[in-house]
Amino acid sequence: MNLTLKVWRQDGPEATGHMDTHALEGVSPDMSFLEMMDMLNDQIIRAGGEPVAFDHDCREGICGMCSMFINGEAHGPGRGVTTCQLHMRSFNDGDTIAIEPWRAQAFPVIKDLTVDRSAFDRVIQAGGYISVNTSGNTIDANAIPVPKEQADDAFSAATCIGCGACVASCKNASAMLFVSAKVSQFALLPQGQPERESRVQRMVEQMDKEGFGNCTNTGACAVECPKGIDLSNIARMNRDFMSAAVKSKK
Amino acid sequence: MSNSGILRSSLAKKYVMALSGLFLCLFLLGHLAGNLQLFNTSAEGQLAFNEYAHFMTTFPLVKLLSYLTYAAVLFHVVDGIALTMQNRKARPTGYVKEKGSANASWSSRNMGILGTIILVFLVSHMQNFWYVMHFGPIGESDGLKDLHTVVMTFFGPENGLAGLAVAGYVLAQFALGFHLIHGFQSGFQSLGLRHSKYSPLIERAGLFFGIGVPTLFASIPVYLFFIQL
Repeated sequence: MNLTLKVWRQDGPEATGHMDTHALEGVSPDMSFLEMMDMLNDQIIRAGGEPVAFDHDCREGICGMCSMFINGEAHGPGRGVTTCQLHMRSFNDGDTIAIEPWRAQAFPVIKDLTVDRSAFDRVIQAGGYISVNTSGNTIDANAIPVPKEQADDAFSAATCIGCGACVASCKNASAMLFVSAKVSQFALLPQGQPERESRVQRMVEQMDKEGFGNCTNTGACAVECPKGIDLSNIARMNRDFMSAAVKSKK
Repeated sequence: MSNSGILRSSLAKKYVMALSGLFLCLFLLGHLAGNLQLFNTSAEGQLAFNEYAHFMTTFPLVKLLSYLTYAAVLFHVVDGIALTMQNRKARPTGYVKEKGSANASWSSRNMGILGTIILVFLVSHMQNFWYVMHFGPIGESDGLKDLHTVVMTFFGPENGLAGLAVAGYVLAQFALGFHLIHGFQSGFQSLGLRHSKYSPLIERAGLFFGIGVPTLFASIPVYLFFIQL
């Protein structure tokens, strides 16, 4: 396959970026998108240029590291896949492919296609955990019965890999799908109940502080989510936040 | 979390949007019911409509409802502007290539623009009828303010711009329709009212409401315009 790539290049967080055009020939349809990017960088380095910086790690769709806004969509045209699981057979010979970083105030560009997603980590630190006694009396999580359906829903929410495709796809750069998945995975389990109300308040507060946008319920996040996190999580967070606000003693 | 913190949160802003929006949906139903009387253009129809208009502007409970409606419009508009401004700030650099149609409906992506069209229409609509009814000049018929004639004249041959007015009214109803198709079900989602069994019903009701109500509203000026040609 022969492709024309339009890639976002930006030297640093403060620099102004631009789209660079590269012609890439002999791309195999069986390559993953990231292997194609490796091939591009190889070509750039051989020509004496600066390779394109992009995020990647496990390359098997479980780490949430790879990003890239490909042809106007987070993780490209595929559904339920990350960029590393996207293969070049999803494109046609002669295609022009636009490759951009996630764009959000809360995700500043580090360089080229890499962005700083530590805003997500700070949201988790604000309440995305349960407090347990670990002083030698660790309690077996399976000692408390959990209905199967409830456990399945919690697990589905917990499959969120925090890649940020939801933020990247949302026209408002809202993080509601991510935060609601992290709120839901505990809200659905008995172990999450003691901190259920304070958790949702603290995580929403941190989400707003990070400068993510508001939710317009367009549903773009759920369509582009590689893990199929659905909008019922957002509704649950809306409910929990309201109930916490009503019950709050402060 | 303090009360002021809760009220400033993005979620509370959406609750306000949802509650005011859904309240305004109820208002639309009431307004539509009243307007449908305009299909009766006979003398009895005129009397009935003028009596109705008199009742709607004088009965204390209805007055209270109308103040609630003004408040809901105000909250919906101010909150909508605040949300839109925050959303713009959340993505200062836009994408070079963005395929919004791949993952979201057109109306959900254009609620601000649709809302603005509706607001412009609302100002002009209130100037045409609400202002005239409250502050005149308006004629009398059977001892009542003759709003019926005001409406008939506005969409009749005496108004040289009646054709344009009808077109404007119909266009505004299109905007309202798309706004409602997304907004109705979105309001329930913002309030956390989502359920695998009931949400498809809510979505269908929103579609029915968003097509039916604006169509009926738009049919009135069209009807009044053509019967007076």
